[in-house]
Amino acid sequence: MIPTPDLSHLTKDDFEHVYEPAEDTFILLDALEQDAEELRNLKPSFCLEIGSGSGCVSAFIGTILGSSASMFLCTDINPLACRATLKTGTRNKIPLEPVQCSLTAPLLPRLSHSVDVLLFNPPYVPTFREEAEDAQGHRGIQGAWAGGAAGMEVTQHLLDIVQELLSETGRFYLVAVKQNDVPAIRRKMLEVYNLPSEIVIQRQAGREHLFVVKFFRQHITIMK
Amino acid sequence: MVRLITHNLLACHVKGCTRNNFPLLFENVQIEIQESDFNPDFLRNFMPKLEWKALVDAARQLGDTSLPLEQPEMVDEEFLKALHHVLLEIHVMEGAMVCQNCKHVYPISNGIPNMLLAEHEIG
Repeated sequence: MIPTPDLSHLTKDDFEHVYEPAEDTFILLDALEQDAEELRNLKPSFCLEIGSGSGCVSAFIGTILGSSASMFLCTDINPLACRATLKTGTRNKIPLEPVQCSLTAPLLPRLSHSVDVLLFNPPYVPTFREEAEDAQGHRGIQGAWAGGAAGMEVTQHLLDIVQELLSETGRFYLVAVKQNDVPAIRRKMLEVYNLPSEIVIQRQAGREHLFVVKFFRQHITIMK
Repeated sequence: MVRLITHNLLACHVKGCTRNNFPLLFENVQIEIQESDFNPDFLRNFMPKLEWKALVDAARQLGDTSLPLEQPEMVDEEFLKALHHVLLEIHVMEGAMVCQNCKHVYPISNGIPNMLLAEHEIG
């Protein structure tokens, strides 16, 4: 059992502005724990979490791999999320490196074909399109969930650069809900980007049917 | 926490700024030294992923001249310790990073780089 990261330094006030870990966070932790040995064997140099929020997920993968074993890059457009991520790293003795930006913009040229573990728990809740755009523009907590049409507005942008980011042995863990149309996402990633995938975990949590999907390069055999 | 390992990955991404947009130059920085665990395997794996000249130049900008101008062919413990210190223990807490090409200023506050751009600057 890998302990859930200590978030006791974050207060109710913090969670007014930064997404508080919930079922969708925990299913991603469960998926990473299930793959822990495989992830360690990968000997990653670069772990990158998009939209790290509280920093819970990156602190968790840091605990799986060891604090000095990899670089743990985190991005978030919300400045308060970046601060929470940094604090969570310190609290859990994992050196998390938050960068305030949208998706991976300033990192993309240098991280081209380099990211070994890419993590994204996106704003996946279907909303009006404008709501997703405004939420990203305001850089606040709404941006953590408002996903626009089919909950895919923000995810779609990342899906188009995953192939560019992943290293030869890299893998990408994505959290999704049923309304995002997981089969369509998987089909597109395979047909357009030649990235096969598998569903690591799926479960019903309250009203949400949650998935963690893992994408990887074609030639990799996933050890079970 | 802007360590030099992070600085080595950040490029200016203003619309149209595609040449000489890396590395960014430090400006008015406050630094802190914080010790971290030495992991030679991680460093050895990481070496080929570094833009070496950018790293050496950034370290010198911050007053650290311990790294050679070229990556050495023989990697010994003394070299790895110097690399460890430069990459992972120098933290830029305040200041800015400036693009050499378009002069865009990316502020660093409380150890977090703000790489966001205004709507009209996004490519």
